Amino acid sequence: MAATIEDTPTTTAPQRVEGRRRRPGVGPVLLTTLAWVVAIGFFFPVLWMVLTAFKSENAAYTDPPTLFFSPTLEQFRAVFDAGIGPYLANSVGATAISTALVLVLATPAAFALSLRPVEKTQDVLFFFISTKMLPVVAAIVPIYVVVNEIRALDNIWTLIVLYTAMNLPIAVWMMRSFFLEVPGELLEAASIDGASLGRTLREVVLPIISPGIFATGLICVIFAWNEFFFAVNLTAANAGTVPVFLVGFITSEGLYWARLSAAATLAALPVVLAGWFAQNKLVQGLSFGAVK
Amino acid sequence: MTATIERPSAPSGPPPASAGGTTTRSARAEGWVRRAPLLPALVFTIVVTQIPFLLTIYYSLQSWNLVRPGSQRFVWFQNYVGVFADSQFRGVALNTIIMTLGSVIIAVVLGLLLALLLNRHFIGRGVVRTLLVTPFLITPVAAALLWKTTLLDPTYGLINFVLSPFGASGTDWVSTYPLASVMAALVWQWTPFMMLLLLAGLQSQPGDQIEAARMDGAGAWAIFRELTLPHLRRFLELGIVLGAIYLVNTFDAVYMITQGGPGTASANLPFYIYQRAFLGFDIGQSAAMGVVVVIATIIVATFALRLVFRSFGAAGSES
Repeated sequence: MAATIEDTPTTTAPQRVEGRRRRPGVGPVLLTTLAWVVAIGFFFPVLWMVLTAFKSENAAYTDPPTLFFSPTLEQFRAVFDAGIGPYLANSVGATAISTALVLVLATPAAFALSLRPVEKTQDVLFFFISTKMLPVVAAIVPIYVVVNEIRALDNIWTLIVLYTAMNLPIAVWMMRSFFLEVPGELLEAASIDGASLGRTLREVVLPIISPGIFATGLICVIFAWNEFFFAVNLTAANAGTVPVFLVGFITSEGLYWARLSAAATLAALPVVLAGWFAQNKLVQGLSFGAVK
Repeated sequence: MTATIERPSAPSGPPPASAGGTTTRSARAEGWVRRAPLLPALVFTIVVTQIPFLLTIYYSLQSWNLVRPGSQRFVWFQNYVGVFADSQFRGVALNTIIMTLGSVIIAVVLGLLLALLLNRHFIGRGVVRTLLVTPFLITPVAAALLWKTTLLDPTYGLINFVLSPFGASGTDWVSTYPLASVMAALVWQWTPFMMLLLLAGLQSQPGDQIEAARMDGAGAWAIFRELTLPHLRRFLELGIVLGAIYLVNTFDAVYMITQGGPGTASANLPFYIYQRAFLGFDIGQSAAMGVVVVIATIIVATFALRLVFRSFGAAGSES
């Protein structure tokens, strides 16, 4: 049952469409129009940000707002000239390495909480989710003091460790929900055939959960890329990530909307693309795998 | 009914082998073999997330300002007395509650309406969903920047432009309604998440049930109230709990849009503690606030966690 529900959003209805088609009044058309209008309304600020990024500063500051203009790449050039490059590199590094670490730690842990469960599985799961409940702000003071003490301020590895800890509970819960989808009979069959545990994992379990590993990775990428609180408090010029750059850029270029929009577009783009790709998995990730 | 739907029907099934357990030593070894894959993640999480909290408690009992080296000394609960005597702290705590609950509730209501709108076949549904999801994906710092400048700016902002036919031009939203401005950005970012979650809920509702009710002559509103809403209940609960977990930690939007101002009119606890720690360098005081926040969170969270666990958490691991 669960398997049929998840991705294809329309499975429940098909046989019923016939029944509904009997009276094709204006209602459906209105509802469809409404859905489109609302969607465009929600999306419009993003579209506007992207459009503004291609404007000249003069065109960005007009009342009424300018809709038609000759696009320019000048603003993006200015953003790169202002030195977004190293910050982008830091974001990529912190995101990629922390996500890899999360997957390496979470996959075996999720296995030990699902297919071959340890005793007290529930308690361990409860512990993992409870760490997400504690407000980050309550930990920032000691984290800052300790990081300062060990001379690790403005160091990319500090962010990597914190991002790994931040995403690990989500990843464990998510990966666990994927492990639970592996049919028990399949494992039994493999063990009857005399396959070793290692081989069973490699040849039976891994192919089934690999889409899950990928989805979990995407969710971790989104969170790590967007993280701001740790980054702004613990890094500066050396290890700063893109959000930190953006904040500094506002201080120096606050009045240049087109340039700011170009920077914001660059900051948001990778995650928006990743998220569009992983739409179906977003909810699963944020709900710790509770909802498919 | 609700219980039978999305359980992946316990594939964790029979815990392999260990049933015999003749010698305790081999049973214990088996236990460690099972635990081994879990330990790296568990130890890492304990070290990185729990030690800071213990240190927070320790710091909260010190008078310690980073600007005055050597000022660190043990003062017992003096910081806590300071926290509760701080009227700003109380105002900020209230702001946090308003901001969190207000944004979550509005986002859930809007998300439910959108989910209902999208829970049918129409042309371009995939595109509509993709467009709707986008605000949630935008880097929060970039989203807050977008709201502060292009949307809410009194002269060149789009919102005033849209409202100008209604005579609302020139409103300086950010300084007149600071809390509402921050919440607008939060609602814009979180409505899509609620929509996705509730859409997943709607799609897990068995169609034949609705069909049967329609056969019996039930109207659309009655079906919604009597069947859909009860089915959605746990999804609504989950949305509220998760939204609250993430939103109570809101920092980016406050930092970017209002800097907590004017005064502390739109500051929430994360921002206020940040101010105390990194602008006031008062380690002891901010640690004490952190502890108070944690205790409050634990009280709310034990209740909230129980709710989530009852509905979802135990899925598949009844063993």
